[in-house]
Amino acid sequence: MSLAEKYPQEIEAIYAKYPADRKRSAVMPLLYLAQRDEGYITKGSMAEIAALLDLEVTEVASIVGFYTLYHDKKEGKYRMQVCNDLPCALRGADQFLESLCQNLGIQVGETTPDGLVTLEAVMCLAACDKAPMFQLQDDDKVAYYENMTVDKTMELIDALKKGGLGESIRDASSREVK
Amino acid sequence: MAQMVTLTVNEVKVTVPAGTLIVDAAKRAGIDIPVFCYHPKMEPVGMCRQCLVEIGRPMIDRTTSQPVPGEDGNPRIQFMPKLETACTNPVSEGMVVLTASEKAKAGQKEIIELLLTSHPLDCPVCDKGGECPLQNLTMAYGSSGSRFIYDEKQHAAKSIPLGELIYLDRERCIQCARCIRFQKDIAGEPVLDFYQRGRATDIVTYSEPGFDSIFSGNTTDICPVGALTTADFRFGARPWEMNHTASLCAQCPVGCNITFNVRREAKSGGGHSIKRIMPRQNEQVNEIWMCDKGRFAGYHFAESAERLTQPLIKGAPADLQTAQKLVAEKLKEAKAETVVLAGGRLANEDLFNLKQLADGLGGKALLYTPIGGGEYTAVYGLTAGSNLGDLGKGSTVLVIASDLHDEAPIWYLRIKAAAQRGATVVVANARATPLDDFATFVVRYAYGDEVQTVNSLSGKEQFAGAFSAENLVIFYGSDGLGMAGSTALAEACAGLVKSRAGKPNNGLVGVWNAANTQGAYELGFRPATDLASELKGKAVYVAAADPAGDDPALAEALKSASFLAVQELFLTETARLAAVVLPASAYTEREGTFTSAERRVQRFYPAVPPRPGTRPDFALTADIARYAGIELEGRSPLLVMNRIAASVKVFSGISYARLAEVTEQYPIVGRGDLYYGGTTYENTQGLGTHLALSQEDISAGAKPHAALRPKENELLAIPASKVYDRGTTMVAARLLDGRAGVPTVAVNPVTAGKIGLAAGDPAKVSLNEAEYDVIVKLDESLSTGVVLVYRSFGIPISEPTPVKISVAEKA
Amino acid sequence: MAHLLLRHRDIPDIKKLDVYVKNGGFTALKKAVTGMQPGQVMDEVKASGLRGRGGAGFPTGVKWSFIPKGVFPTYVVANADESEPGTFKDREIMEGNPYQFLEGVAIACYAIQSNVGYVYLRGEFYQLARELDDCLAEMEKAGYLGDNLFGSNYSLRIRTHLGAGAYICGEETALLESIEGKRGQPRIRPPFPALYGLYGKPTVINNVETLTNVPLIIEKGAAWYKSMGTEKSPGVKIFSLSGNVTRPGNYELPLGTTFRELIFTHGGGIPDGHQVKGIMPAGASSSIILVNSATFDKVMDTPMDYESVQNVGSLLGSASVILIDDTCSMDWIINKTMHFFKHESCGKCTPCRDGTYWMLHLVERIHAGNGTNADVQILQSVANQVNGKCLCALGDFSTMAITSAIERFPQDFESKVKT
Ligand SMILES: Cc1cc2nc3c(=O)[nH]c(=O)nc-3n(C[C@H](O)[C@H](O)[C@H](O)COP(=O)(O)O)c2cc1C
Ligand code: SF4
Ligand code: FES
Repeated sequence: MSLAEKYPQEIEAIYAKYPADRKRSAVMPLLYLAQRDEGYITKGSMAEIAALLDLEVTEVASIVGFYTLYHDKKEGKYRMQVCNDLPCALRGADQFLESLCQNLGIQVGETTPDGLVTLEAVMCLAACDKAPMFQLQDDDKVAYYENMTVDKTMELIDALKKGGLGESIRDASSREVK
Repeated sequence: MAQMVTLTVNEVKVTVPAGTLIVDAAKRAGIDIPVFCYHPKMEPVGMCRQCLVEIGRPMIDRTTSQPVPGEDGNPRIQFMPKLETACTNPVSEGMVVLTASEKAKAGQKEIIELLLTSHPLDCPVCDKGGECPLQNLTMAYGSSGSRFIYDEKQHAAKSIPLGELIYLDRERCIQCARCIRFQKDIAGEPVLDFYQRGRATDIVTYSEPGFDSIFSGNTTDICPVGALTTADFRFGARPWEMNHTASLCAQCPVGCNITFNVRREAKSGGGHSIKRIMPRQNEQVNEIWMCDKGRFAGYHFAESAERLTQPLIKGAPADLQTAQKLVAEKLKEAKAETVVLAGGRLANEDLFNLKQLADGLGGKALLYTPIGGGEYTAVYGLTAGSNLGDLGKGSTVLVIASDLHDEAPIWYLRIKAAAQRGATVVVANARATPLDDFATFVVRYAYGDEVQTVNSLSGKEQFAGAFSAENLVIFYGSDGLGMAGSTALAEACAGLVKSRAGKPNNGLVGVWNAANTQGAYELGFRPATDLASELKGKAVYVAAADPAGDDPALAEALKSASFLAVQELFLTETARLAAVVLPASAYTEREGTFTSAERRVQRFYPAVPPRPGTRPDFALTADIARYAGIELEGRSPLLVMNRIAASVKVFSGISYARLAEVTEQYPIVGRGDLYYGGTTYENTQGLGTHLALSQEDISAGAKPHAALRPKENELLAIPASKVYDRGTTMVAARLLDGRAGVPTVAVNPVTAGKIGLAAGDPAKVSLNEAEYDVIVKLDESLSTGVVLVYRSFGIPISEPTPVKISVAEKA
Repeated sequence: MAHLLLRHRDIPDIKKLDVYVKNGGFTALKKAVTGMQPGQVMDEVKASGLRGRGGAGFPTGVKWSFIPKGVFPTYVVANADESEPGTFKDREIMEGNPYQFLEGVAIACYAIQSNVGYVYLRGEFYQLARELDDCLAEMEKAGYLGDNLFGSNYSLRIRTHLGAGAYICGEETALLESIEGKRGQPRIRPPFPALYGLYGKPTVINNVETLTNVPLIIEKGAAWYKSMGTEKSPGVKIFSLSGNVTRPGNYELPLGTTFRELIFTHGGGIPDGHQVKGIMPAGASSSIILVNSATFDKVMDTPMDYESVQNVGSLLGSASVILIDDTCSMDWIINKTMHFFKHESCGKCTPCRDGTYWMLHLVERIHAGNGTNADVQILQSVANQVNGKCLCALGDFSTMAITSAIERFPQDFESKVKT
């Protein structure tokens, strides 16, 4: 089934955000919709989005290629994106990531054998004061997990195996200011 | 008149129109600023940063708004602390630009060094080597060594086919986006784009077929490195080994100026081979572009091994003189019963001689064409001072019954550009065509309603203003029309431009299917209303036409001719029926002139020696005439043109010398500075000239025309043209086989559904009692009563004709 | 002092509409729409001296006044791309005190008479975007957005637009391209967005924090606002403190607060008895401030405002203060920043695209201990070669840490290279 058939209301709501003669603006939200639908962006959905917005498929593909949160390949059900950019690294993110790799038995960029988690290292996520941290991306959500330890993370992965993505954990301790 | 601005570039004072970019202003002063991403035909983007220069502007006193004088009394110049891009900054009064100061030179050198860190430096095996902007600019502006460790170079795939016509070498790409911008902004076919970002950025196409654009070859001209190359020329030759000859493209009536690149090869027995076609600048015709049909199909037919090289009498080899004498004898006998039938790909000189021969015998000179109405374009066509490039605000262009994109691709580009400059563009057709996307108004009518549509246009309120604009150019074609229909349409359109006759940028243009149809009309050729009956029983002399191959009915007619002589490049169906066959030289092997549908006469020059055994058409005809006792010029086309000028009024004043004249054109391209305009050739051999208008008294205005329309429960086959077909000059271009595809018909999805056909299904169409295998294409814009049948795909279609279509068993 | 921007720290439920309203929410918007001319709103903001919190510190009211009169439509775009390493203030504002920010967007829209505002969020703020969408729906329900606001003939809608992972989209023209559905690559300027912005129309782009200040200025007046901070940098600022510090986090303080106060009074100093070695006050885009026994007091007593930070060889930028202690070697630091910039270079212009690639190779080689003195010199020279030649500021940013590290911490490189 096409996106237009499956999500008519969502698509209308997306169009309504932009001036009627600026349909092209809808390309990014529509790509999110497609990604939500299939877990990644297929050539078929690029073609459909192109047709909806009067674009060439190549133009749509070019957007997918530019932005790092769009994926054109199927990977793990969850993408665990650990920030190891400078501020987090100053607070031990590199060591955290390394021991996570050891615990999961995979390298950065790889997916656990059960296809559950793809582990990635990413740039700053605007959570520098709560390192180590990562964001977990599934088809429908991006959730932050902050002030993490390897143990807490492994518990989370166990929970993921059993069920969905819990509420994101936000450690408020570091927010207390005198 | 634009306001003029004076500035100083490296001590040279230049005065240019306000708004001119520094890089172009410098160019006019003879100063080259190195560029990669900038191209004078496109909006600046300032990406490559190669054009860094120092820019100073007069200091302005805030209180008086006057320039502050310096010690020498001249305005004091304040230089910006940073280098700036010459390609994005427009000139301003009193500006001082330093393009070669120590600081500017250092900046330019530094950018080249950075660019080279990602370049493979594989010049010895690169097709662009020898005409490469990067290579040239590195020599001129770069440094001699590199501080970059070569092993750390990023490697990427080489030779990626972007479809079967164009190859991409990802390592060589410098991400200037010229190709992407050309496709988006100039061609309007954005099928190339960047993928990824940063250093990983590369060019991709996702279209089916890859790089699905009929202008793709132009990207290889403007690519400043060897990243994009054509499959036609890849590894073909090195630029410096080739000679170049000015010529014209003979594929359509636009008359694009081109250059043939030629070298001697063992493959042709040490003879000359054409290696590629490049565009040649003519800002009034094709600017610096050409379409892929011209580029990739323009010469292969002439190089074909199938070419005729031996005169034949009743199929048996004969010597030329005997064959020509036989023709002369037969025509002389037939006298007024002689019919000369000529195709529109012949040069003016050939046509003139053929016409003189027919006239001398008292016979008829008929033009073989599917499109009528040239008698109107001769009287109401374009004339001196016209240039589609001038159309913009205040101009209206009407395109009716034509798919300019497929039938005359460069006009599609130029009319699209006119629309973008503010011209009112009205596209009227019974089906959707690519130009619709850029049109101000799209008018949809039913096939058969063409004349009424023209009639109603000028009346309708929304258009009224458009048709009383300062300039009005009308392109009419033959989409869905045969001879009678197109002629009636021409007459109707002529009514709209009648009062403007002779005014520059006003007039009627026929979208012919051949390069010199306009010339044939101007020289007095006329199509027959009923060609078959004109041929029966006559002594027929056919040149450059294959009526028997196009239509079985015409083959029958020719069989009952009293005599048939054929002058041709190939042993066509018509030639097979002929008593005498005379091998003609291809236009690449001789000189001559064509008259474009815009009525511009232009010269082409010999690129290669004639194929042994062949002679140019005008000379073959002159000999026959002489043997028949009629004195014609057969020595050289130049001399024939002198006769044309002396005897055909609209040609008066035209000579080869005049046609070879060149005036300065902007942008300046093709000299030592390939990085600026690309590898397009500079025009040094003639811009051509417009014909005067014929003063013939001819009626104009819409007259009732009884068109055939689909009846209930009946389908009507409608003729239409596609850019790539299987015509005589196309089949030899094997590279385009895939794009031309198999015989195809288009129908409305509803029609297809009723018959049980889906897109891509095989089907059978029966037409005039014969059956043909086709593939079905769906087109929602078609009315349900018609089946669109493309010309020159082996299905004879010259007029709207009743047709049946049925499901074919899948093979 | 109670927080002005991070009000949720004092009033935890202020992210609920009724709580926000109960605490004076939307009075400023109502005051503007019903009692002030757009020009007066603009003048008030101009008079407050508010400067952009997105990094460049450009006076906000002046920016608004560049919008040509009589051109329609115009747009306001809130820059919520927040991707500078070390910056995490906008996120906290939007999570904790979203209505004050949205009220600021609304007032900005009114000031330039725009009927649509966009909030551009980085893609990672996916969840946050949904929360803001809910807030916007609440506002519309309660009559703070929609047609005929407060009975006037002014209508306004605000929409969110989500990016998808690209630091460059924080650059204002790249951001506009992204909303237009294109690759987020910067445009050449001029023309500036005030004349040719979103969809080619006049557009104001402001940072989230900048806009969150606006309701206070309208409500309490420019004079009140100017009483905080310094003469040239009035008002409060959120400092994102991160790196080697005991209590990292956001601190809302008057502009002009010293490094000492931020780092030691609020941040609790450097943990484990280590010393400060360098400070990056503007995230990864900073020149690294040299801190040693000779410079310590001078640096610590420097007020953090747009002018003073230049005296210690850096810029305030977005005030994302990253602390580096004496366990870190600068070759490691620049290895991190170069990875970031190479990853985020949009690829549009040559010096940044090829320069970040080259610099990263040099930095990696040096960091791995395989570099020579010549490599360090080449690195310095390539950085200078890139700086000042790029299409946008990202390319320049990428060189800041490198040039300052090599210049100010030569010993870290001398000890690293092969001799
Ligand atoms: C590479 C780059 C990244 C930027 N990222 C951001 C950002 O994430 N958030 C932001 O508000 N401004 C960012 N800016 C600054 C914006 O371009 C712009 O100046 C700012 O949003 C204007 O708002 P202000 O006047 O309120 O500061 C960035 C600039 C550059 C060159
Ligand atoms: S400086 Fe970098 S980010 Fe900015 S335009 Fe150039 S390549 Fe893109
Ligand atoms: S930046 Fe001026 S030519 Fe590329």
